[in-house]
Amino acid sequence: MTEKLEISAELKERLKAGYDKEWRKELRKSLPVKERMKIPRQKMPEREPEKRNRDFGEVNKGLDVEAAVLEARRCWDCANPGCVSGCPVSIDIPSFIKLIEKRDLVASIRKIKETNSLPAICGRVCPQETQCEIVCNLRKATGVPVAIGNLERFISDFERWEGQVFLPEIPPSTGSRVAVIGAGPAGLTVAGELAKKGHRVTIFEALHIAGGVLVYGIPEFRLPKAILKAEVDYLQKLGVELRMSFVVGKTATLEDLKKDGYDAFFIGTGAGLPNFMRIPGENLVGVYSANEYLTRVNLMRAYEFPFYDTPVVRGKRAAVIGGGNVAMDSVRTAKRLGAELAAIIYRRSRQEMPAREEEVKHAEEEGIEFHLLTTPLRYFGDDKGRVKAMECLRMELGEPDSSGRRKPVPIPGSEFITEVDLVVVAIGQSPNPLMAQTTPELRVGKWGNLEVDWKTMATGIPGVFAGGDIVRGGATVILAMGDGRLAAAEMDRYLKNGQR
Amino acid sequence: MAKVLRRERLVPNIHLLEVHAPEVARKCRPGQFVIVMSDERGERIPLTIADWDAKRGSVTSIFMLVGTSTQKLSLLKAGDDLPVYVGPLGRPSDIQNFGTVVCAGGCFGIAAIYPIARALKKAGNRVLTLIDVKASYLFYWEDKLKKVSDRLFVSARDSRYDSKEYIPYKLDSLLKEEKKVDRVVAIGCTYLMYRCAEATRPAGVKTMVSLNPIMVDGTGMCGACRVSADGKTKFACVDGPDFDGHTIDWPELFARRKSYFDDEVKSLCAFERERFS
Ligand SMILES: Cc1cc2nc3c(=O)[nH]c(=O)nc-3n(C[C@H](O)[C@H](O)[C@H](O)COP(=O)(O)OP(=O)(O)OC[C@H]3O[C@@H](n4cnc5c(N)ncnc54)[C@H](O)[C@@H]3O)c2cc1C
Ligand SMILES: Cc1cc2nc3c(=O)[nH]c(=O)nc-3n(C[C@H](O)[C@H](O)[C@H](O)COP(=O)(O)OP(=O)(O)OC[C@H]3O[C@@H](n4cnc5c(N)ncnc54)[C@H](O)[C@@H]3O)c2cc1C
Ligand code: SF4
Ligand code: SF4
Ligand code: FES
Repeated sequence: MTEKLEISAELKERLKAGYDKEWRKELRKSLPVKERMKIPRQKMPEREPEKRNRDFGEVNKGLDVEAAVLEARRCWDCANPGCVSGCPVSIDIPSFIKLIEKRDLVASIRKIKETNSLPAICGRVCPQETQCEIVCNLRKATGVPVAIGNLERFISDFERWEGQVFLPEIPPSTGSRVAVIGAGPAGLTVAGELAKKGHRVTIFEALHIAGGVLVYGIPEFRLPKAILKAEVDYLQKLGVELRMSFVVGKTATLEDLKKDGYDAFFIGTGAGLPNFMRIPGENLVGVYSANEYLTRVNLMRAYEFPFYDTPVVRGKRAAVIGGGNVAMDSVRTAKRLGAELAAIIYRRSRQEMPAREEEVKHAEEEGIEFHLLTTPLRYFGDDKGRVKAMECLRMELGEPDSSGRRKPVPIPGSEFITEVDLVVVAIGQSPNPLMAQTTPELRVGKWGNLEVDWKTMATGIPGVFAGGDIVRGGATVILAMGDGRLAAAEMDRYLKNGQR
Repeated sequence: MAKVLRRERLVPNIHLLEVHAPEVARKCRPGQFVIVMSDERGERIPLTIADWDAKRGSVTSIFMLVGTSTQKLSLLKAGDDLPVYVGPLGRPSDIQNFGTVVCAGGCFGIAAIYPIARALKKAGNRVLTLIDVKASYLFYWEDKLKKVSDRLFVSARDSRYDSKEYIPYKLDSLLKEEKKVDRVVAIGCTYLMYRCAEATRPAGVKTMVSLNPIMVDGTGMCGACRVSADGKTKFACVDGPDFDGHTIDWPELFARRKSYFDDEVKSLCAFERERFS
């Protein structure tokens, strides 16, 4: 999963400039490494499992200032920081951490925002354990990395509480107009970066709230909507225009937008097409795609039904098929909506589960059952066409397949039937085909993804760039943002070269 | 946000909603729909585009009162804002010169079939329109339909119009009467479309129906709208809403449309309580 990223010359210089500052030298000297290593990793305070699994309040409470400073002290401030090579948006991690240790919190948040415009989100949902933290030198030495993600979350929450969101100075308008298609993390990043360069940016979004998966997929208990809203407000303050309920390809095609005077485009339409297993009974009432289930609950707020109008099936016995973050979010949601049994059905073993470690741990604490090495075969319905039971098959691990993972093979005769009244299929999403269908010049890969030049994120069409899940398939928030940053830099160059 | 230009009761259970949505009006074609949400706490519901005016930038839909969302829509006034009005969604209807086409419509389908009949007429077809209403006072848009139909046949359970018989029966007799019917298009409640498709199955006349499963996003993202056609799962919002009625798994569609029956009653009760207390 980890992509060890190259450290560019620019980043190296940036890191060195920070490293060589006088105050950094003194701070390093103020506490010997030995002493630093005695400080235990600060635990993220969490709400009690028995309470939190009944509501949608956030699970993690966040570090307080003292804990954050202590955690920051654990960091060695390395001359060659491993951590930075794991962060897709090249945050100067040692600098922002040392500024926390120095208690210069305002400077710390500015440092992060130099390269990451959505830190409150990344601090919460980034798979830190496989990105920046896995390559942290402290981890290499002791096995326990600096809690980089928790610190990032702390510092961005601090900024929001203070209510003094820092607005960069915006250069005079360049006169160029940019259309960003899709308001997920990729599109939001591009919009922010280009607005800061003085371009006029409009985001076109199909749904009625901006955020992409962050708003319709990831639940409130993991990423409160208020945080996302603050980030979107920030973009609007930068002058970004939001056009909601606008489906590019339907409301207008890319060609139409070109005629309307847009000079450059970024396609960040995500991987929104839900996959099903194509087994009997999958269209019974009570069998959902994770997208539908989570959209009803998160975007449409079905957990507050009937105060909000959108309903959702509240199962007593819920089975969620899959082992990724999407499955964890779905099963924990089902539990919160009153399921007595909420179970994960996953065909491989615990080791192969792609979900973040923290999510699995939280799920276990909340009373989620895990049926590993198990796969559904069919669903049975009652006389009203509602799901009432499912048949499953047990598997065992066989030989490793091409990806090196041991392939699950069925155990003959291990079929069993269990009662369920809610099923959520969370076995992955494919790229949304709409843009490609209505823009035939776009190059489409084997999985329906858009093909780009990875160095520039340019599609084959001049002035049209793409990034995030639409090119990667289901990936991560931070990779989508990394793509966005790269694309924005290239788009800026494209616009300034006057290639219009 | 989209502004309501006009909201008007046409007949007791059916209202008209005209909205300022210039982009939708510029782009839409017969058979497409919009998704509407009446207020911030509302549900996203699909409505067929029944007419539009690209110059005025307006789009018109006709809706039937069934539950909370349509109740809420029926309380809108000109000048109100709709938090969601998105479209045009779905694939446009297949419009060609087929020869003789029967257009069958009931309840909101009386309006939904209008732009299709108009386009079919313009494409050179002989258009025979069959309308089904429970009672004659529930019939609307008679003038508009007359203009685009070679023949207009209305069936109501009282005796003011041509006949009292349920329209699928009339369709059946029409197929025998007419030398050649090349295609049938049916829009209305699920039962009417199902019965029309069954009526034409023996003669094998291609019958397009505009399916109305429950939807959420309307862009292919959620799969709420899945229907089985020819044994394959399709998403009605992007693969449809028009399908060949002879390929549809109707019992599945009926069941899926009733997914939230109890909740809908609860929702309506809660809404009424809030409104009248
Ligand atoms: C339930 C769930 C949990 C996840 N948990 C994590 C996690 O913990 N950590 C992590 O790093 N990643 C997680 N992911 C993955 C992560 O959310 C995605 O990789 C990321 O959101 C991709 O960003 P994006 O900007 O490419 O696309 P998206 O977030 O998918 O946004 C695309 C946007 O484009 C809009 N759109 C689509 N088509 C059109 C169109 N034609 N016109 C206009 N707008 C359009 C969509 O409505 C959407 O708002 C999770 C994903 C899901 C579904
Ligand atoms: C493509 C399409 C076009 C349609 N065009 C029209 C139209 O032009 N005029 C019209 O009156 N109706 C139309 N409908 C049906 C209309 O969407 C439903 O009547 C409406 O959603 C009912 O909402 P409610 O809250 O008032 O009723 P509820 O009490 O919520 O539901 C009553 C019934 O309506 C259906 N329904 C409920 N929610 C939805 C939803 N989100 N999406 C679809 N169906 C739902 C269900 O079968 C339900 O049993 C169309 C449906 C589709 C799919
Ligand atoms: S953005 Fe993600 S990868 Fe980068 S430092 Fe923050 S948590 Fe680590
Ligand atoms: S690698 Fe770890 S210890 Fe070194 S600077 Fe980065 S976070 Fe600190
Ligand atoms: S309504 Fe969501 S996929 Fe069709």
